Amino acid sequence: MDHAVISRETHAAFLVGLGDDALILGQRLSEWCGHAPTVEVDLSLANLGLDLIGQGTLLLSRAAEIENAGRDADALAFFRDELDFRNSLLVEQPNGDFARTITRQFLFSTFQNLFYGALTASADTELAAIAAKAVKETDYHAGLAREWVIRLGDGTEESRRRTIDGLDWNWRFIGELFTNDAVDEAMINAQIGVDRTALRAPFDTVMAETLKEATLDVPAQHRPVSGGRQGKHSEHLGHLLAVMQHIPRSFPDARW
Amino acid sequence: MSTDWPLWEVFVRARGGLSHKHVGSVHAPDAELALRHARDTYTRRMEGVSIWTVRSTDIIASDPAQAGPLFAPAEDKVYRHPTFYDLPDAVRHM
Repeated sequence: MDHAVISRETHAAFLVGLGDDALILGQRLSEWCGHAPTVEVDLSLANLGLDLIGQGTLLLSRAAEIENAGRDADALAFFRDELDFRNSLLVEQPNGDFARTITRQFLFSTFQNLFYGALTASADTELAAIAAKAVKETDYHAGLAREWVIRLGDGTEESRRRTIDGLDWNWRFIGELFTNDAVDEAMINAQIGVDRTALRAPFDTVMAETLKEATLDVPAQHRPVSGGRQGKHSEHLGHLLAVMQHIPRSFPDARW
Repeated sequence: MSTDWPLWEVFVRARGGLSHKHVGSVHAPDAELALRHARDTYTRRMEGVSIWTVRSTDIIASDPAQAGPLFAPAEDKVYRHPTFYDLPDAVRHM
């Protein structure tokens, strides 16, 4: 089968979306540094965050290479404004308490792990190699978050209540993860991308099994909220970017 | 919160062929999370290929006050070291 011809612009937009998801969630997790319930959990969350920022760096570097417009990964991360970010709404949600952070991680890592798994077959061989490296990380992330959801859900009355609240907060944003937009469609035709709709069934299976073990109900279907992947973000992203971008914008020549 | 969780001792095998070595301890609510905490705390820089964790309370330690009777009698038993053999030159790495 011939690969459809795709524009540089579309290819780069696809990579920017994936890179932004990883980068923004990595930045969110870094907010826990020094604040987690125990030093062990602090390290766990920092490790997840660093893995994600590493994935974001690789993906945005690849995007910059394809875009070929004189920007690098740092320029994409630190010198774009809110409306130009293409991350899903789920990853920009505030941390809330530990249960909300963990439920967000469980939903996103489960999705991301399936996505990267499929992406290892991408016709963009560089991207396939990034996915092959990243999928080992997301496999661990999804497993760790799953273990925590089970313990918190089937834990104390308080941990259970907070976990149910966390799931309720985050659940409305998962629809966006499994919807193909025009960029996805083009990339699927070019055999570079992944059909997001095909990932929903295996995702639902993991949800059902894990929540059963956690003695929790699968949340009722909320009206889905989407738009992040089109640049329509919640008010939370701007605050996150202000923190993340402040230093490079104030001192563009800073090196460390 | 940390004080609510039991303590686990962590042993890491640096690479195949070596034995597990005690590297420290972590707090964790159960065995599965003890392994994950050990992984996240002690193998972040490629320190290991295998981890053991064991509840600290399951370790039976010798009593420091008994160090004399336990270890002093070995002090003058130099014949227990295999140092009295003449090795042929062809034998290496001994």
